[in-house]
Amino acid sequence: MLTSRTFLKRTRAGAVMKVVREHYLREDIACGAAACEQCGQQPGEPRLEAQPSGAASSLCPAPHYLLPDTNVLLSVITNVIVLQTVLQEVRKRSAPVYKRIRDVIANPEKHFYSFTNEHHRETYIEQEQGETSNDRNDKAIRVATKWYDEHLKKINSEETIQVILLTNDRNNKEKAVQEGLIAYTCEEYIKSLIANPDLVDRLACVSDEGKEIESGRIIFSEHLPLSKLQQGIKSGIYFQGTFRANRDNYLEATVWVHGDAEENKEIIIQGLKNLNRAVHEDLVAVELLAKDQWVAPSSVVLQDEGQNEDDDENEEEKENTLKSSVSKNMLRPSGRVVGIIKRNWRPFCGMLSKSQIKEARRHLFTPADRRIPRIRIETRQASTLEGQRIIVAIDGWPRNSRYPNDSAGDKETETEVLLLEHDVPHQPFSQAVLSFLPKMPWSITEEDMKFREDLRYLCVCSVDPPELENGNLEVGVHIADVSHFIRPGNALDQESAKRGTTVYLCEKRIDMVPELLSSNLCSLRSNVDRYFCMWYCHIVFLFKASLTYAEAQMRIDSANMKDNITTSLRGLNKLAKILKKRRVDNGALTLSSPEVRFHMDSETHDPIDLQTKELKETNSMVEEFMLLANISVAKKIHKEFSEYALLRKHPAPPPSNYDILVKAAKSKNLEIKTDSAKALADTLDKAESPEFPYLNTLLRILATRCMMQAVYFCSGMDNDFHHYGLASPIYTHFTSPIRRYADIIVHRLLAVAINADSTYPELTDKHKLADLCKNLNYRHKMAQYAQRASVAFHTQLFFKNTGVVNEEAYILFVRKNAIVVLIPKYGLEGTVFFEEKDKPKPNLSYNDEVPSLTVENTTFYPFDKVKVNVMLDASNIQHQKIRMALVEPKVRHRLYNAKQHIIQVS
Amino acid sequence: MAGLELLSDEGYRVDGRRAGELRKVRARMGVFAKADGSAYIEQGNTKALAVVYGPHEMRGSRSKALHDRALVNCQYSMATFSTGERKRRPHGDRKSSELTLHLKQTFEAAILTQLYPRSQIDIYVQILQADGGNYCACVNAATLATIDAGIPMRDYVCASSAGFIEDTPLADLNYVEEAAGGPQVALALLPKSDQIALLEMNSRLHEDHLEQVIEAASKACKDVYAVLDQVVRDHVHEVTTLLGE
Repeated sequence: MLTSRTFLKRTRAGAVMKVVREHYLREDIACGAAACEQCGQQPGEPRLEAQPSGAASSLCPAPHYLLPDTNVLLSVITNVIVLQTVLQEVRKRSAPVYKRIRDVIANPEKHFYSFTNEHHRETYIEQEQGETSNDRNDKAIRVATKWYDEHLKKINSEETIQVILLTNDRNNKEKAVQEGLIAYTCEEYIKSLIANPDLVDRLACVSDEGKEIESGRIIFSEHLPLSKLQQGIKSGIYFQGTFRANRDNYLEATVWVHGDAEENKEIIIQGLKNLNRAVHEDLVAVELLAKDQWVAPSSVVLQDEGQNEDDDENEEEKENTLKSSVSKNMLRPSGRVVGIIKRNWRPFCGMLSKSQIKEARRHLFTPADRRIPRIRIETRQASTLEGQRIIVAIDGWPRNSRYPNDSAGDKETETEVLLLEHDVPHQPFSQAVLSFLPKMPWSITEEDMKFREDLRYLCVCSVDPPELENGNLEVGVHIADVSHFIRPGNALDQESAKRGTTVYLCEKRIDMVPELLSSNLCSLRSNVDRYFCMWYCHIVFLFKASLTYAEAQMRIDSANMKDNITTSLRGLNKLAKILKKRRVDNGALTLSSPEVRFHMDSETHDPIDLQTKELKETNSMVEEFMLLANISVAKKIHKEFSEYALLRKHPAPPPSNYDILVKAAKSKNLEIKTDSAKALADTLDKAESPEFPYLNTLLRILATRCMMQAVYFCSGMDNDFHHYGLASPIYTHFTSPIRRYADIIVHRLLAVAINADSTYPELTDKHKLADLCKNLNYRHKMAQYAQRASVAFHTQLFFKNTGVVNEEAYILFVRKNAIVVLIPKYGLEGTVFFEEKDKPKPNLSYNDEVPSLTVENTTFYPFDKVKVNVMLDASNIQHQKIRMALVEPKVRHRLYNAKQHIIQVS
Repeated sequence: MAGLELLSDEGYRVDGRRAGELRKVRARMGVFAKADGSAYIEQGNTKALAVVYGPHEMRGSRSKALHDRALVNCQYSMATFSTGERKRRPHGDRKSSELTLHLKQTFEAAILTQLYPRSQIDIYVQILQADGGNYCACVNAATLATIDAGIPMRDYVCASSAGFIEDTPLADLNYVEEAAGGPQVALALLPKSDQIALLEMNSRLHEDHLEQVIEAASKACKDVYAVLDQVVRDHVHEVTTLLGE
């Protein structure tokens, strides 16, 4: 028999289309009961038992089959008839549940039978005018039950088998009873089961969830309109700030409040509902919660692993783990997002994680940046996109969706991803930019000579030797005059200002200025070229007076210090050491962070070896003079332009930042004083342990993590110039104009200060300068992240080639559910989790006072030596990440006796 | 939104058919009196009309005439109302031109054209409602119309499509199944001799599966043949009883 289903559908373009589908009704669909002789059984299909033995129930002692409706299907027993109507509804609502049910149906021991009622001649019903599809489906379920009831009565056996409709919907049940069917709610039925009293426990949570799942379920509260937000911000109810998602925990974020509210600088936002659809970097309005709802920043590492958007049953559980056991003093101001002032969405890179249903068109996209939520993408080309890097843009985020919606995407290479993800401008320079480059071959003109001192007669070696003069030393630090080539305001200048810095990746360099400048005109090259370039250097500052301490010593050496370059270098080196000592005495910090260098295969560009970088003495020598040059330039430009000098500061970190360092050191019986930079430096120097030479480095690494970020600023906009790390009252960047834009500005300022160049309006506008500083700071930060990501990527490649290795490592931090370890050999940092999917949770207890984590019987303290197993985890969709697992000490898992439940569907 | 499940685990397709089953075929011959031969066919919701003129003298340019056989002239068109959204042009677009060519090839292989040198046979087919398997419906309709016109053929030409979803060959695809974008084979068969008049495949299919899919398609063609043959016999019976009165 043939009917047709006609319905109206809205196309994606918005047009309404009439769709007519044929719908065949059949007479050959088996009922699935083994005892039934009327229906021919299809061989091999799991069928219902002839005499359903299943669970004995006090409500209906007779043998029976169960026929659950959609909401009940989660919790059922054996001999179950699953209607196609129900299955399809489940499929629409929840992919994971659908998959589980499919698995159960496929298992013949379960005696599940899926009855294709929609295509059965006697159980198909039409949707009536004005009837919702929900009502229609309920009716279809009842009709099918009725059919089964009558059908089973025809079986010739002494006891007829009953069919019981299970539904939690009161309406449905009433109607079913009116029609003479046997219908129970799930609760009634399970409570009546004689053999399994423990099932009722399972039921408790089921009935809680028994609330009607509506398709248009609202997860988030509505965003307030902009006008209301502005009102609220003005009156102080709401705070405006930048939303920063937590890298480690997707359920937590902080909002940096703009403005001057001192104590509420940072507001913590915890939980999906409070985050309210804000995405990293958005400008949001936040409402503070009442004090009793304040939370502490959690030290739990949580990753959004849910395969599908419907997996939010565990959500609450996860949110609860955040809240557990915090001491009162850890509580920070907490809030919730009430509205978005400005979205800061950009294209995101990442990968597609395919839905579990293979025909599905909606999939989730997992961005490369963990702070970005996963994005729902609608595509038919999932199989082509799978496994490829794609770029998506967010379209919108409706209230009822856990994830934002996206639009199309395409492929990019790995490095592209990295650069895009860190917002690094990496396109080739445009023609407009290149047109401002000097014409080659390039030579010096008379005009250029006017403001410059001719030093060609001097013997200048590239690591400039000292000259004796009036008993003082003059050390010239010669820096290529890039500002001569980059004139203010032109396209070249704008482009380099936008780029801000050169980005160094492992196998690639993204230049700030075109190559002609960076590696030709402004670099030291072979004899002739060098000669020209040196020429163009703006030389020179004298630090005669400052060298009094060194003077005496230098004089002694001066006897044999003639033109010989080697000896002069030696002298310089000595000088540098003196400078360094003085700096360290002032309280400059020597910190350390492990840096990794790769040996690349020359053909494939795959990393073949990996080692931590070493610093040579010459580095330190040059660095010393560079620092000195920077400091003296900073002094000079600040003296000349007290309002608009571009300087660099490094704010002292708040004392609380050091908590982790001090506590960790204490666990090793060391004391770290943090009241001043000097005290810190001294105690760090002393903090050594003979049997543990690496401890000092570890402490320094930890100390580095406590530091604030050094930033550029405009001297007219700030009054704290101090550079904490270098222990210098004033500092700027002057020495690398090829790779830092800040240096170019400083060059220009210096040129004006020594009357070598003229000024221009933007240079003396402190607001413009402050804006520029903001951009530079941002670019520097992003460049740093990109660099790190590049290293991480190459480390992955390296481990892909080497395979699994066991390495010694030290514990850097201890978290609530994981430890962060550092492998000195590779300078590699990683997190070791103790909870694994599909395994019983180990017993974890975290001690906040002495940071330590006890897993079962093993306790971990910071700096403990452990052995970890490093391998490449390619199973994850955001593919390949380095995974570490603990090898030594061994954590013994308690044997976990899972209760044998009959309900295994859940 | 989860897409449609094209083949359920119980083995039913979206419209309730099993994998090898055809849609309901209904056909009539001799629907127009003025044409030499005509037929109407419904395969599920796909409805097609075919009209045959000839064999007659060459019309238009005589230079096209073939000295040893008849020229088969085909035209495939789709009614503007045949699809969900109204079509702009009934014929002349690329798709129609392609199908026209296919039809021509099919019928040149089936009609005994050498019996009518220097003459022309016109076959016009129109899709009245499109729901997948348009080409197949056209071939089947045209076969009936040719028989109705009394033009001698080697055999019936029966056409059916087959797809391949979840390792199962599906016979006679409907629109939903076609639109899912899987592989699709259209086969025109001379069922008695098992000769293939036309075979066309879209999208990619692994070589190993090709045989099963063609097998499914030819099985479907033979099923179609049974129906068509019945239709022809009924028609002849009807006509003869009318003549007998």
